[in-house]
Order: sequence, then structure tokens, then C-alpha cells
Amino acid sequence: MSFLSYLINGISLGSIYAIIALGYTMVYGIARMLNFAHGDIIMVGGFVIFTIVSTLSLPPMLGILAAVAACTLLGVVIERVAYKPLRGASSLAVLITAIGVSYLLQNVALLIFGSNARQFTSVVNVPNLKLAGGALSISGVTMVTIASCIVIMVGLTTFINKTKIGQAMLAVSEDTGAATLMGIDVNKTISVTFAIGSALAAIAGALLCSTYPSLTPYTGSMPGIKAFVAAVFGGIGSIPGAMIGGILLGIIENLSKAYISSQLSDAIVFAVLIVVLLVRPTGILGKKITEKV
Amino acid sequence: MRKVVSLGLAAMMALSLTACGGGDTAATTAAAKDAETTAAADSAETTAAAGEAAGAEAGTIKLGVIGPLTGPAATYGIAVANGADMAAKEINAAGGVNGIMFEVQAEDDENDPEKSINAYNTLKDAGMQMLVGTTTSKPCIAVAAETANDNMFQITPSGSAVECVANDNVFRVCFADPDQGTVSAKYIGENKLATKVAIIYDSSTEYSAGIRETFVKEAANEGLEIVADEAFTADSNTDFSVQLDKAKEAGAELVFLPIYYQEASVILKQAHDKEFAPIFFGCDGMDGILSVENFDTSLAEGLMLLTPFSSTDDSSKKFTEDYVAAYGTDPNQFGADSYDAVYAIAAAVEKAGITADMDYSAMCDAMKTAMTEISIDGLTGAGMTWNAAGEPNKAPKAVKIVNGAYEMQ
Repeated sequence: MSFLSYLINGISLGSIYAIIALGYTMVYGIARMLNFAHGDIIMVGGFVIFTIVSTLSLPPMLGILAAVAACTLLGVVIERVAYKPLRGASSLAVLITAIGVSYLLQNVALLIFGSNARQFTSVVNVPNLKLAGGALSISGVTMVTIASCIVIMVGLTTFINKTKIGQAMLAVSEDTGAATLMGIDVNKTISVTFAIGSALAAIAGALLCSTYPSLTPYTGSMPGIKAFVAAVFGGIGSIPGAMIGGILLGIIENLSKAYISSQLSDAIVFAVLIVVLLVRPTGILGKKITEKV
Repeated sequence: MRKVVSLGLAAMMALSLTACGGGDTAATTAAAKDAETTAAADSAETTAAAGEAAGAEAGTIKLGVIGPLTGPAATYGIAVANGADMAAKEINAAGGVNGIMFEVQAEDDENDPEKSINAYNTLKDAGMQMLVGTTTSKPCIAVAAETANDNMFQITPSGSAVECVANDNVFRVCFADPDQGTVSAKYIGENKLATKVAIIYDSSTEYSAGIRETFVKEAANEGLEIVADEAFTADSNTDFSVQLDKAKEAGAELVFLPIYYQEASVILKQAHDKEFAPIFFGCDGMDGILSVENFDTSLAEGLMLLTPFSSTDDSSKKFTEDYVAAYGTDPNQFGADSYDAVYAIAAAVEKAGITADMDYSAMCDAMKTAMTEISIDGLTGAGMTWNAAGEPNKAPKAVKIVNGAYEMQ
């Protein structure tokens, strides 16, 4: 029974990683860049919700909607201001810019909110589920997290395969040059990708802070790094890969905490990443890159 | 892709290197400037002392305070700064020590060792003669190495790691970590609070790991059974579900939390969500839990903590009233510790016959002997004495949170 409890908590943690990893993987797939500021957008989402729900005492739903709106806007603005001018630059320059944006967001939050941690009021009001006569208790937020993850996954896959914009995203990720020739507006497509990724980050922020109720300007950085690992683990650029990578990472982390050592769990997570990359350099679902002669 | 990833890692490393380099340069520059600024500070001080009405002839001793005035541990640092400030004002109002006035200047270290050393250098530049600090253990160990070099007298109100007082120029007011662990285990055993005990501790801080080690050792003597011994680190201090599950499953009646209040507030919340309600027992780092922003204090109901100070106790009534009047919040143990630290300094200054015009090194030599000869009735213990190793000798007390306030046990 305890194993099941660890597993379910692991899936829940993994679902949050997965939702964050989607943002990394979509941006990488389409713009071929690692957006290290992604984790901090989660934190911004958390603070927007905190301000609306706890400081202004407005309903949680409004908080989530405002966070999604604010993060979407922030994502698009960051892309416009910081990344777009570097479209043709080397990947190192873009990477450093992304790290810069990450520090910028953290420090602006530090200026506005200070570094005192806040207890986050959960935005999920679902009662705990008791199974097997109370031996197995699943918290409401865990169920909501897993359900959100599934809904987002299905929704995103449908969006990409069925809509025109989704198809355009696929085309850009396949071959930017050819997509331009077909009349696809690459800049607009990239903006949309950032918008979707950042909106997901806001949702991840709501779920993350509801499950682990402590909010500081650095809240997003560790989950951001873990989600990046999840994205690489699953095969960066692949949407189902991010999902699988995230959930596996969450399960590995929780089970190693429970059965091996609560101290070494992070080390084990990263060791698994190294092993996976040695065996499958492109990640679990990563595309094989065939060199043309 | 791998290229991009490795670029990312390389960039991170480069960044952290730059950060270290920056810090070093700052420290060296500060040291180089030392000579000239000390001279400048000296003259500034004479002016300040001359302006002082009562202590015109005897002068002023400048006390430095270092602690986290911002950041997650700010509650501690602010309390330490306030406590020292209040004690100094009281002593000055009563005519000082043989006419010597005390002046307090507080600097922020954000609970970071590197920033703490910067704060120490800033204070030294400003003419500090004795240090009340630092507040938290890790920065305290770093600064203690500097004060030993300079032979600057240091008394830490709350730096509880063993190494804080390793040098003979450093004394402390609070208990050392090992003592807190031993005393906690004894307290739990003697009061029969529980026999099955779980521990959740932070393996990345010396404070927490130090207490846990002696707790485990003493628990065996008290007939306590440690059913779960779980750790977390600074990188994983938001999710305690597995640790709590393991404690719950092992049937723990009491969970010992030798950690800071910030993490403890998250643990209490998650335990509540899991409907796990053992007795939670903390040490002095738990002090401050009722002040976490947006924290539902009903979650802390029944929480016990080892602290030498309770604001509601009769012996601290006057202090509490004055503190609230001056700073607008209830005092905690840290404020009381630093209040006692300043009174200990005053007692030792009197004993050793120190004068304000002595340089800090001569002062330190005199203080080292005087500290072991004084006995003060402070807020954190009656008849407190110190040994040459810098450790205080006083009786421990525990409090329980009842209706959102501390109740002496």
C-alpha cells in the first residue's frame, strides 16, 4: 500500500515536471533553443496567483486565469525582446541570453516581493480520496495534477495535429526554410509556441505551489532544471517524450527517496539521466539524426 | 543537441566562477582599503563620542551586529538586531558602563557566509570594536575565522554549530547544536512524550545534521526508538511527502524536526493534508514559525519546541512589553539571546575595566578572561556563566504552541 502511495505521489510530481517540460521541448523543437527562463515563468505564475488569491482575496479560478494571461504575455514579450533579435546568432549567444532573462526575472521578483518565503494557499479544493479503508489516501491536488497533465497532453496533441497553426508548428520544426517557402509565418509560429509554453508554465506554477506550498523568487529554478532533464530524458523536441520523461523522472525521484536514500534522490535522478544519454543519446523518444552523405 | 546542452552546462559553470571571482575581489579591495578607512572611522567616532552628553569622557564602544535582515531567515536577524539595539539603549539610558556608551550598527548577511564576511568588513571599516553575531551558524563559522585573525571579540547570540566558538575569542549565548539534540532527546524521554520517534532533518545544513546526530545518540539512552530517519537537502526542501509517509507508516508518535521554521511550515501543511498528526518537536530554529506569511497557525497547534525564552513568561514580561512598544512585533528567542549577549558584554566590560579608547584587539584579550568570570541573570536563563571554550551554562526550557501562542511547559 505504501508503494502505491509513493508511486502516485511520484506520478503527481512527474506530471508537474511533464507540464513544465512541454514548454522546454516545444520551444526547442521549433526555435532550436533552450529557454532557461522557463522555470522562472512558473515562479511568476505562482506570484500572480498568490497576489490575487491571498493578498486580494479573489477566487482561485480568477487567479489561475490571470496567471495564464500574465505568463502568456510575458513569454511572448520575452521572445520578442530577448530572443527574436538573436534568431540568426550562435546557439551560445541565445543560451546566455536565456540565462540572463532567468536571472532578471528572479531578481525582479526579489525586488518586488523580497526573498521571504510565503505559504501558498492551495488553489485546488478537492477532498482527499480514501481507498482500501483509509490505508491509501490520495490528496485532492494530486488527482487534479495528474488529471490536468492528461488533459493538457491530449489537448496539445489534438491542437498540433488538427489545427492549421499546429500544423505550421510541426512544419517549422521539420524544416524552417521549407516552411517559409510554403508561406508559413515563422515568427508568428514561434510566438505562438512561446505563448503556449508560458501558459502551461502558469498552470504548472499553480499545481506546483498547491502541492508544495512554499513560494519564493527561486521556486521555479529547481523544478525548471528537473523539467529540462525530463525533456532531455524523454527526447528533447518530442511532446510525448516530455510527458514520458517527466513522469518517469517523478517516479524515479520519489521511489529512490523512499527505498534508497532521501538524501541521494537528486543524485540518482541525474545519474539515470547520464545512463539514458549514454545508451540513447537522443533520449527515449528522440528522433535519430541521420547524417546525409 | 548535445552540443547545446554541454554549452549550457559550461555557461553555468562559467557564471558561478565569475561570481566567486567577484566576491574575492571585493574582499581584497575591502582589506586593502582597511588602513585608510580605519583612520577615517576613528576620527568619525571621536566626533560621535564628543557629541554624547553623558559619556563625554568615557566614550563609546561600537558593537557590530550581523544577521539575515532580509531573506528566508530574516526573522532571526531582525530579532537579533532589535534585541541588541534595545539592550544598548537600556544600558545607555542607565548611564552606561562606568560612563561608557554602546552604539549598535547592524549589517545584513542574508544568511550567506560570503555576504557575512562582506558585512564584517563593512562593520570593521565603520569602526566596530566588538561583534554581536553572527546570527546563523554557517555565516558564523565563516566570520569566526576572520575575527580570530583580527583578534576581534565576538559573541554570537544564536550561532549554535559547534565550530562557531572553536576559537577562543568567540562566545555564545544559545546552546550548541549537540546540546540541543541531547537535551531534546532527554526532554522527550523524561516527559514520556513518545517512544516511537521519526526524524526529518536537513542534511545540507550543519545546524540540522549536528542536532540530529546527538539526538540519535542520546535517544538510545532514553529508550526512544527511531522508527524513521529521513533527510532532505536545500535543493529538495519543498516536497516532504515521502518522508512523512515513511514516518506515518512506521507508526511514529513524535516527529523530531531539528530544522528551520520555513521548511517546518511546509511539513506541517503536508502532514495535515495527509491527516498525519503526531507530536511535532523542534529546536530553536522552529522559533518564528508563527510569523510565516500566510501560514495557517492552527497547523502549528500542539507543536513543541525547545527554546530558552518565552515571551509570555513572567520573567520576560517587561522585556516583551518594551520590545513590542519599540519594534511592533512580539520578541522571539533570538531577540532575547542578543539582548542577553549585549548585557554579557556590558558585564564583562565592567569586570575587565575596559575603556572605549582601547583598540579592538586589546579589548578582545581582556574580554576573553572577563567572560569566564561573570554571571548574569538573563532572559534566556538565570545565573548564566561561560566557560573558556565559549559555551554557556544554563537550564533548558521547552514551550508548546497553544491557541497560537507559546506556553511554557
